[in-house]
Amino acid sequence: MNGMSGCGQVYPSPHPAVIIEMIETQSLTYTYAQHTPIFQDFNWKVEKGEAWAVLGPSGCGKTTLLYLLAGLRFPTSGAVLVDGQRLQRPRPQTGLILQEYGLLPWATVRQNVELGMRIRDFYGPDGKHAPSHAQEPVEIDVWLQRLGLADHQDKYPSQISGGQRQRTAIARTLALHPDLLLMDEPFSSLDAPTREGLQNLTLELRAEAGLTLVIVTHAIEEAAVMGQKILLLGMPPNTEPVVIDNPHAGKPGYRNEPEYQALCRQLRERMAAAV
Amino acid sequence: MKRRDLLLTVIGLLLSWQLASLLVNRPILPSPLAVVIAFFQELFQEDLLLHLLASLWRVLSSTMLAIALAAPAGLALGQSQTLNRIFSPLVYLLYPVPKVVLVPIVLLFFGIGDLPKIIIIFLILFFQILVLVRDQAAAIRPELIESVRSLGAGRRALFRFVYLPASLPAVLTALRQSVGTAVAVLYVAELFATRYGLGYYIYFNGSTLFDYPAMYAGVVALSLMGLALYFSVDWLEKRLTPWQFVHMDSRQGGSGPAQKKREHQAQGKQQTV
Repeated sequence: MNGMSGCGQVYPSPHPAVIIEMIETQSLTYTYAQHTPIFQDFNWKVEKGEAWAVLGPSGCGKTTLLYLLAGLRFPTSGAVLVDGQRLQRPRPQTGLILQEYGLLPWATVRQNVELGMRIRDFYGPDGKHAPSHAQEPVEIDVWLQRLGLADHQDKYPSQISGGQRQRTAIARTLALHPDLLLMDEPFSSLDAPTREGLQNLTLELRAEAGLTLVIVTHAIEEAAVMGQKILLLGMPPNTEPVVIDNPHAGKPGYRNEPEYQALCRQLRERMAAAV
Repeated sequence: MKRRDLLLTVIGLLLSWQLASLLVNRPILPSPLAVVIAFFQELFQEDLLLHLLASLWRVLSSTMLAIALAAPAGLALGQSQTLNRIFSPLVYLLYPVPKVVLVPIVLLFFGIGDLPKIIIIFLILFFQILVLVRDQAAAIRPELIESVRSLGAGRRALFRFVYLPASLPAVLTALRQSVGTAVAVLYVAELFATRYGLGYYIYFNGSTLFDYPAMYAGVVALSLMGLALYFSVDWLEKRLTPWQFVHMDSRQGGSGPAQKKREHQAQGKQQTV
């Protein structure tokens, strides 16, 4: 038997309308064996529909935070709540996109995009691996079209470009209709024009679906473009969340605004001070 | 490799054989035609087919057994560092031991019949598959596992959608590498304590009956069996792992395991096509 014994929180909350937080960490502490805690008594909230960027130097715990939010790691103490429920396993409505190597190398683009649906069919709507209510069948073709992959759907990941691979990963995740999208440096291995194109596309898709977005990055410009709020992490232990507001993120042409430049400067200084 | 080149090579080999048999001009080296005639006579009028089927059954059943046991064991070792730490010295010591020297021991313990022969071939294939699947499983990127888990996959779905397809190329590569050895050792194993199998048939015709065309017919049958097994693995590889044979985009740079994998695939391609 696993951690199911926990509490009533695995069941839907009786007052779903009350929940405005998509993510809440309560006294989150996370320690790798015998090291300084990466997070110590860390309290942080993300409201539904917000776009967050998590920015920090290597080794600050950005990726760990994302894995905690994805239900792939568990707190040493404290709790991570997503949509009001304590995470015990990856949540079916959360989408995760990693920097690289997330696609099955032995499956075509189309088979990769279908993978999430096939896994859901594999288990049926059991509420653990898939949402408990049966979902409408997903139009894979629509997503292939939308992300410009229709002409490449029978190719294998090794045959397409890095940008196309990340488009495939995005299509695969969004085809599952997530309400929370977690991204770990998703564009950092791409060249600049491809990166900007995919950043804009992600913002567009996020706005359409009203997704909550948490994107982890070490690139100041990416944080400034993607995050309406920016969580700045420093060297461990992280205790108090350092949050910078960036309300204009996501607006067309924001990259050329003076506010954007000023924010980048500010972030650069604060990051330098944190290391 | 083109079919035409293969055909020309076969003809060239047959001609050299014919020439050699003319030069030697003794019963111990009959001409290819005599052997072909003997082959079909033995196959349809005598019991060569029975011996062939006995050998084929031993190879196939031991192959199935080896895959069934070695592939899961390899996956377990490849995915668990603890298990690998415990067992890798054992594998390291046993893997290079030539299993053919175990033939007398296995025969002593398991006596007559099919079982000892199956066990010997099983031992050869087991370690080959175990080692290759283990290395392949260890090379599965943790990012891939986490991504698929985030799509909702538990243990069973991970097995179905990740571990199974990931280990297929390793199983097939192992079979390709060891099918020749397996047939060779089968021959040795069939020299003892049996009255069925091509090994017995070749030895009996050559050393007891002095029926050299029949002996050569047995050699041909054993060779054809080895070839057929090898080509079957080839065919299965193309059917079951098509992603290994796709055209690699030249724009793709890359380094580390992905690149290595690609090189490995390219190598596999050269061997097969």
